[in-house]
Amino acid sequence: MGLGSDMYRQQILDHYKNPRNYGELEDPTFSHTGENPTCGDTIQMDVVLADDDETIERVAFSGDGCAISQASASLLTEMLTGMTLEDLDELDRDDVIEMLGVDISPMRVKCAVLAEKVAQDGAKIHTGEIEIDSTKTE
Amino acid sequence: MKASTTESLDIEAIRSDFPILQREVNETPLVYLDNAATSQTPEPVVETIAGYYRHTNSNVERGIHQLSQEASIAYEEAHDRVAEFIGATGGREEVIFTKNTTESINIVAAAWGLEALGPDDEIVTTQMEHHSSLVTFQQLAERTGATIKFVEIDDDGYLDMDHARECITDDTKLVSVVHASNTLGTINPVAEISEIAHNHGALVLVDGAQSAPHQPIDVEAIDADFFAFSGHKMCGPTGIGVLYGKRELLESMQPYLYGGGMVRKVTYEETTFEELPWKFEAGTPVIAQGIALAKACDYLDAIGMERIEAHGQELTAYAHDRLSSFDDIEIYGPPADDRAGLVSFNVDGVHAHDLSSIVNDHGVAIRAGDHCTQPLHDTLGIAASARASFYLYNTREEVDVLIEAIDDARQLFA
Ligand SMILES: Cc1ncc(COP(=O)(O)O)c(C=O)c1O
Repeated sequence: MGLGSDMYRQQILDHYKNPRNYGELEDPTFSHTGENPTCGDTIQMDVVLADDDETIERVAFSGDGCAISQASASLLTEMLTGMTLEDLDELDRDDVIEMLGVDISPMRVKCAVLAEKVAQDGAKIHTGEIEIDSTKTE
Repeated sequence: MKASTTESLDIEAIRSDFPILQREVNETPLVYLDNAATSQTPEPVVETIAGYYRHTNSNVERGIHQLSQEASIAYEEAHDRVAEFIGATGGREEVIFTKNTTESINIVAAAWGLEALGPDDEIVTTQMEHHSSLVTFQQLAERTGATIKFVEIDDDGYLDMDHARECITDDTKLVSVVHASNTLGTINPVAEISEIAHNHGALVLVDGAQSAPHQPIDVEAIDADFFAFSGHKMCGPTGIGVLYGKRELLESMQPYLYGGGMVRKVTYEETTFEELPWKFEAGTPVIAQGIALAKACDYLDAIGMERIEAHGQELTAYAHDRLSSFDDIEIYGPPADDRAGLVSFNVDGVHAHDLSSIVNDHGVAIRAGDHCTQPLHDTLGIAASARASFYLYNTREEVDVLIEAIDDARQLFA
């Protein structure tokens, strides 16, 4: 048995310890928050769109919680940069797990998809598709 | 039969009663340290359930036929056995079988509280209650207009008894207190609290979910008016809990559920109810579970509750000592030599859920989260914690495996 879980490969630990694009953006086109009550994870995603109101120019996240939720948010900020809102909307849980590059145990999927859900809901609020205060993964 | 209290437990013999302890998780032997959530079930109890369905299964109270008679007698006697286990000399009439601790507490809130409480009354409880009582009495307060007060805890996780004396007044109608905290491991002075409450004319409910499995219980020495606990945390099956209540109180209360099994004479106009405890057990009750719970009481008593308690304290103190040797681990609750059989902690920089996932790779089952005490976690200033909880079949070697696994997580996250 090796050191630690398969779920905690180097990439996850690296993004957890040194999160990319961490913080808040000055003038985000939209900003949205969410939580995963089971772990007490919280995530805020700030997004700046290009002039076409469609292409993601900059993304930042802030939050607190378990390594899976925070590393997933960090990785997602890298992946989203340059994508369109339509691309974002098409992401699903399998894409997130593929991005993480490890097997996520069923009980921890909620942690993994939190950032993705927050970004998607934030975009939908921005385009007027939905009206909610905050996102929850349960 | 009660075993002597002096020798320590024959752990190997005990472990052989629990085949599940032989299984592997992630290709390593299971180390089950989540006993405060649910304990494992020994063969004699499993056999009792299987035996009941193989030989006796039938509905109770209604049948004249042989199977129904046998099932009825076994089910009724199970109440007496459980009464004996908790020192209720009133026998079956003071023991209501429910679904779990939560339902037992809800019966008190609904059958007693909704009738007894009004806007001028107070419910006093504590900062360390499990949601099963905290949420229930919060709702009861909201519905009746009563005020709910929380006795504070001190830095070591003990109840502030001066604050308790301040909170409990002549307006207090109910004091609800957890006997052993499932998060802090604090064992509360329930007899003392009960005396204070009674001096003010208040009733006392003791949540015994974490005490009944681990220490000898004498509800009469505590002088509890109500005492609630669950079968699945004390070697019994899921689906059964117990509400002990003083007979005259239960007699004065209205039923909680209505239907068959709890009635004597029914006409279109009116109904008279059965005597205790059946008045509170409407519908087909938890027959197999009740009989199996009585068997669990036999099993625990044959080993000896004093010895089970001593074993739990020894393992907990050992785990506490080993965890304390790490500077980056914070442990919650009282000192090592004064706690119920569990220890909650956090490793600095490692979220409790990550910790639990990593130790699971070592075959170790611990709990991570808020353990159904969210307000207490808020008071402690944390979102979650990890908890290892022990029972009669756990060993020091298993604590060592836990510590090694935690050390692995520490290094991974360092
Ligand atoms: C102190 C305490 N009270 C109440 C409960 C609720 O027990 P149950 O879920 O069996 O109703 C538990 C366990 O979960 C507990 O630890």
